[in-house]
Amino acid sequence: MTLTAQDAPVTSSELLSVVASRELVARRTVFAGIGLPTLATELAHLTVAPEIEVVYESGVCGAHPSHLPETIADAVLITGAEAVISMPTLFGCVLQGGHIDVGFLGAAQIDRWGNLNTSVIGDWDSPSVRLPGSGGGVEVMANAREVFVVMRRHTRRSFTDPLDFCTTPGPDRALAEGIRPLGTGVTRVITELGILAREGIGHELRLVAVQPGVTVEQVRAATGWDLQVAGTVTTIEPPTAEELRLLREDVDPERVYLR
Amino acid sequence: MDRTDRPDKVVTMKAAVADFVRDGDTVCLEGFTHLIPTAAGHEIIRQGRKDLTVVRMTADIVVDQMLAAGCVSRLVSSFVGNSSAGSLGNLRRRIESADPAPLAFEEYSHYGMICRYLAGSQRLPFYPLRSYGGSDLPSVNSDLRKVTSPYPGPDGEPEQIYVVPPVNPDVTIIHAQRADRSGNTQIWGLTGIQAEAVYAARKAVVVVEELVDDEVIRSDPNRTLVPAHAVHAVVVCPRGAHPSFAQGYYDRDNAFYRAWSRISQDPDLIRAWLEEWVFGTADHAEYVARLGEEFWAGLAVGEALSRPVDYGRRL
Repeated sequence: MTLTAQDAPVTSSELLSVVASRELVARRTVFAGIGLPTLATELAHLTVAPEIEVVYESGVCGAHPSHLPETIADAVLITGAEAVISMPTLFGCVLQGGHIDVGFLGAAQIDRWGNLNTSVIGDWDSPSVRLPGSGGGVEVMANAREVFVVMRRHTRRSFTDPLDFCTTPGPDRALAEGIRPLGTGVTRVITELGILAREGIGHELRLVAVQPGVTVEQVRAATGWDLQVAGTVTTIEPPTAEELRLLREDVDPERVYLR
Repeated sequence: MDRTDRPDKVVTMKAAVADFVRDGDTVCLEGFTHLIPTAAGHEIIRQGRKDLTVVRMTADIVVDQMLAAGCVSRLVSSFVGNSSAGSLGNLRRRIESADPAPLAFEEYSHYGMICRYLAGSQRLPFYPLRSYGGSDLPSVNSDLRKVTSPYPGPDGEPEQIYVVPPVNPDVTIIHAQRADRSGNTQIWGLTGIQAEAVYAARKAVVVVEELVDDEVIRSDPNRTLVPAHAVHAVVVCPRGAHPSFAQGYYDRDNAFYRAWSRISQDPDLIRAWLEEWVFGTADHAEYVARLGEEFWAGLAVGEALSRPVDYGRRL
């Protein structure tokens, strides 16, 4: 091995994917999108979770792509895949049937309970920004055993309470309405500043780890509510030379997502 | 035992849109990233349809183009973005500033839309799903309703669950790899929600890359996702899914997805694009020809044949 972590500066994509991959230890089925979740799950497959199976929202299970996919529906995910299933089977049987251990989600806004907004910034009737909308996030949140959220930017605008609009509710909001979701909602939020964790129903997100060089006060200042902090906040181990080598040489050699 | 009297349903795209899409109709265009019926959307634009309700899980480029052309007054969808390449300029202007006209928009989640198709295809009054509890979506979409299950939950207690209403479009249009003349339609790769969307509709049009002999279809009946009895017209339109893709025929035009995010930010650029590529072409064959063979060579795919399946036959 010739490459070391010092050879090239660690990018934020690399940092986030390494941190997310470590959280996938012993997880089996992961519902993931393209980009950071792809990097994290592929790296986990090579390191802490050799039996991981990625399920894509397009219906692909067990992909063996010849090239790095550009979308969740990339033709290279289909050719050679173990299974390609219909939408009713994917959402009805796989997700709602309780087969997903971890779902990866992103959002424009997240609140202290891990509820997400992907619909509008501002008012519903005349929003300042119309976002893409719910997609399958509502179902991933309701049905995956756990949800990991990866946020590229940790700011008071994106970590906010209340949300402008709650598209994707966690189980606390669902239970308050008498609806029983399968999953425990968001358990990890991974950002450029650190890791927020949530122990399950009834719990708020808490800061449990910071990236090297980041202080607890910095994270609190970047969070739009009074952020709970764990008794012991650890400092995240920087990516190892081996993790970086796998990401750079095996997972994404053309640096499609390693921006 | 042989039956050769199956009806021939092959028509031109022009005739299919003229016959099956009327002003004010509810039109479903399905295809989850794969096999998007773009050419059909362009013909709807050419024929100047107005006041359509468009039903489509992932409203993307073709919907943005139909919005820009003034065809659509209501959209029913669960994802409104330019795939992973950015956002839809027309759609955002319509919703954010009613520019140039407001757009009625009904938002569902993906499974909410799927359940609407399932209810519609089965002529059921509603379909239940374990979503929406605690979401703000029901407060802005009164068709998302909560009921008490008529059966006790696993713990013996009453259970609340959200339901969605059926969707029964006037017409569903899908794109597929191949069909025979009577409409037995084969799809492989991502199969999405197309079959359910066809069954939910009053009329269905299937647009295909290739028309094949009955024997080709009958050599692999499991690959027929939409049987002829559900299909009212078959349109042959090679490369009609561009810029999306047809597994085994041509690849996705990722560069155009990225380009659209820029084009759609500027109403003048969109108008020019529509003038050149939709109003400026008589039909999709002309659009294909204008892109040129060199362009299509760039989206060509290599061969990856499935292994033969032995259905057996009685000796």
